Amino acid sequence: MKPPGRPENEWRSAQHEGAWSRLPGRSAEEPSAARRGKTATGRTALAALRSVVASVLASVLMLVLALCGVAAQAIEATPLAADPALEARVMKVADELRCLVCQNETIAASQAALAIDLRRQIRTQLQQGQSETQILDFMVQRYGEFVRYRPAFNPTNALLWIGPFVLLGLAAFVLMMNIRRRADASRELSDDERRRLGELLGNEVVRS
Amino acid sequence: MTRRWLPLAVFLVLLGFLALGLTLKPHELPSPLVGKAAPAFSLPTLNTPATALSSQDLRGKVWVLNVWASWCAACRDEHPNMIEMARLGIAPIYGLNYKDQRADALGWLQRFGNPYVASLADTEGLVGIDYGVYGVPETFVIDKAGVIRRKFVGPVTAQIVRDEIVPLVARLNS
Repeated sequence: MKPPGRPENEWRSAQHEGAWSRLPGRSAEEPSAARRGKTATGRTALAALRSVVASVLASVLMLVLALCGVAAQAIEATPLAADPALEARVMKVADELRCLVCQNETIAASQAALAIDLRRQIRTQLQQGQSETQILDFMVQRYGEFVRYRPAFNPTNALLWIGPFVLLGLAAFVLMMNIRRRADASRELSDDERRRLGELLGNEVVRS
Repeated sequence: MTRRWLPLAVFLVLLGFLALGLTLKPHELPSPLVGKAAPAFSLPTLNTPATALSSQDLRGKVWVLNVWASWCAACRDEHPNMIEMARLGIAPIYGLNYKDQRADALGWLQRFGNPYVASLADTEGLVGIDYGVYGVPETFVIDKAGVIRRKFVGPVTAQIVRDEIVPLVARLNS
């Protein structure tokens, strides 16, 4: 199958060798009305008005799409399984996987060519009777642990998992020490301390 | 005294982490396939669509697998380095023509030169999935036993050919 237009999973060279970035993994047909509404927020009243109109249009569009869910599904031009139960399972697995082209999206959410291919792969494997764990393992074997959208707890990332709790404990400890010291500071001054304080303040009488 | 320097120390540590973060390339993911057997394949080549080339045929020699496509602009930047590598003759380069059309691919090779011994036609991108390809171009160095020794994500530069691929292939051949 020929990918529609230029697939996104392509390296694009920048001015310097060795410094490249990826094309954003978004398809052109993604509803852009909402984004248009955002960028149009200009300083002039005209721009503001335009943005309001765009937002209203976007809302209307959303409403229309929400009302006809069938039509919304038709936007995704990937071959859907005839069986909705299977499709739900495909999406459940796809939700567990990271799209490697646009790394903050799941395979379920992404429209990148690779994500579409991988959804098809998941569908085929489910049809072949593979379990969901088997499919996840298949992906991890090929793309590495990073492909899991919900990382598993393992020795390499243990610090990341427990780090926040360690920091929280540390902060609680420091807080407790501070509170204790403050409580300590609020006690009455001894005669000795009062005399020294008096000296520092130029022999003013210091009352308790 | 320590209290006074503590914020600065924390700041410096943070700065160190941030500076390190700038040098990382989050798009270059380590491949779990390095050090493992290269996934088996059997695909027709661009020049001989009727007969299949299989991974088994490539056993016993060190070879380079370069994933490319005619729709890939970065491949064009990389291409002179592939041609140069082919000219050096250090190892046979096989192409994996990823999600492309035969006519486009053949036209591309005719226009820019063909460094490949053969290009496998992976029209559906399925072999690409087996090799964990997530961007084009990608380049693999595979040893005599069929084990992936190295993977380069993104265009291979002249420097990578000179400093990494040539020495690696020489070592694998010795």
